[in-house]
Amino acid sequence: MAEIKRHNSPGRLVAVEGLDGSGKSTQVYLLKRYLELEGYKVFFTEWNSSLLVKNATKKGKKAQLLTPTTFSLIHCTDFADRYERQIWPLLCAGYIVLADRYFFTAFARDVARGCDPEWVQTMYSFATLPDITFFFKVPLETAISRILEGRPALKYHEAGMDLGLSSDPYESFRIFQGMIDRGYDEMAQKFGFTIIDASQPVDKQQQFVRQIVAKSIDLPAYKWRVRRKV
Amino acid sequence: MTFYGKGLPKINVSSLTGKLIVIEGADGSGRSTQIQLLTNWLEGHGFATVNVGLKRSNLVSAELEEAMQGNVLSPITLSLFYATDFVDQLENNIVPALRAGFIVLADRYIYTLMARDIVRDGDREWLKSLYSLALVPDAVFYLEVSPRFLVERNFQKNVSLDYWESGMDVRSSRDIFDNFIRYQRKMRAEFKRMQEHYKFEVVNGNRSPMAIARELQAKVEKLLSNSNFA
Repeated sequence: MAEIKRHNSPGRLVAVEGLDGSGKSTQVYLLKRYLELEGYKVFFTEWNSSLLVKNATKKGKKAQLLTPTTFSLIHCTDFADRYERQIWPLLCAGYIVLADRYFFTAFARDVARGCDPEWVQTMYSFATLPDITFFFKVPLETAISRILEGRPALKYHEAGMDLGLSSDPYESFRIFQGMIDRGYDEMAQKFGFTIIDASQPVDKQQQFVRQIVAKSIDLPAYKWRVRRKV
Repeated sequence: MTFYGKGLPKINVSSLTGKLIVIEGADGSGRSTQIQLLTNWLEGHGFATVNVGLKRSNLVSAELEEAMQGNVLSPITLSLFYATDFVDQLENNIVPALRAGFIVLADRYIYTLMARDIVRDGDREWLKSLYSLALVPDAVFYLEVSPRFLVERNFQKNVSLDYWESGMDVRSSRDIFDNFIRYQRKMRAEFKRMQEHYKFEVVNGNRSPMAIARELQAKVEKLLSNSNFA
């Protein structure tokens, strides 16, 4: 298995991971606001958002053309596009890059779908390890009820219906999220996740996140040096 | 049949009773002519055949074609896009056809994809892992044609040299003709390097289509009789 290396670029990479409904997107948004308002060079990127690959992913999901392997490949393609064109150049340019989900999402999901863990990890080995990975840990039931409350119907892949775990989307979703949760737990130590108790109030979590960021990153070095147009 | 590595999840290789025959070679090496002739010959003898090739998947071929027009993809992204296209066809065309006992004729296979990436400074081990999903073909015929000869054939076909087949994205000269020759030499050198490991049978492509076809028929006939193919 190809080892995943940590970069030596001047930038810093902060990733957030967790189950759907763990509140990680809210937390990374608040972190981004803080860094922006303090005048640091910051860039935000999220999973599955490359315009280039979007059409293919959408088509594949809609027509249920995707198998575990092509599902994995197409998400890695999406990631590679964002990585090569934005994440890596911005790290080289000395940015703080915030990633809402990073390759750990793929490691957890693709392996739950039946892909070989070594194959998946080697595929992503072109990308650097983050400097900080926040893992928002929430009881499985909490995450599930948060997602189900806000949504009348689950999407096919989101519910893991392609795995044939159960013909009931809600039951399938529960089982699938449980598999992903276990995947995260296995990675937590190996990849040095910083675990955040996501059942705490939002502001408490955010305080903790900001403390860790300020402690691990020499923030003043990431101030804009040119005057910006506001 | 076997996979190069751990292969695709949930595929029982012992159920794949067909044959996979790959024709490799540069643009203008006569691959498609030979595949046409071989198809006619096999069908004439009562064998069911299926033709596959690169950039023909339902999933991403249109998006890949579009992206190639604009040269907007970074190298790893392009590589993964091609891999997605390949695996989609492997799972949805090649494997089902082999299971049904067909002879699958592949117009190029993982070797072209790997060679293209390697001449663009791709990582050999990464590619090897990525394509460890592929089935080991029953035979790989590499049509070897001298670059000068390729030029003539390409001009005969299109009266112009293809941007990608001339390696213009990694150009070492402003002159497309020079670049074509250099790029094709590099590709040929890479194929030579792979030849032993992947057990290519080199076929002299600097001959008339019928002379090449006769050689291929003899080789395929031997392959089919050796395996007591019905």
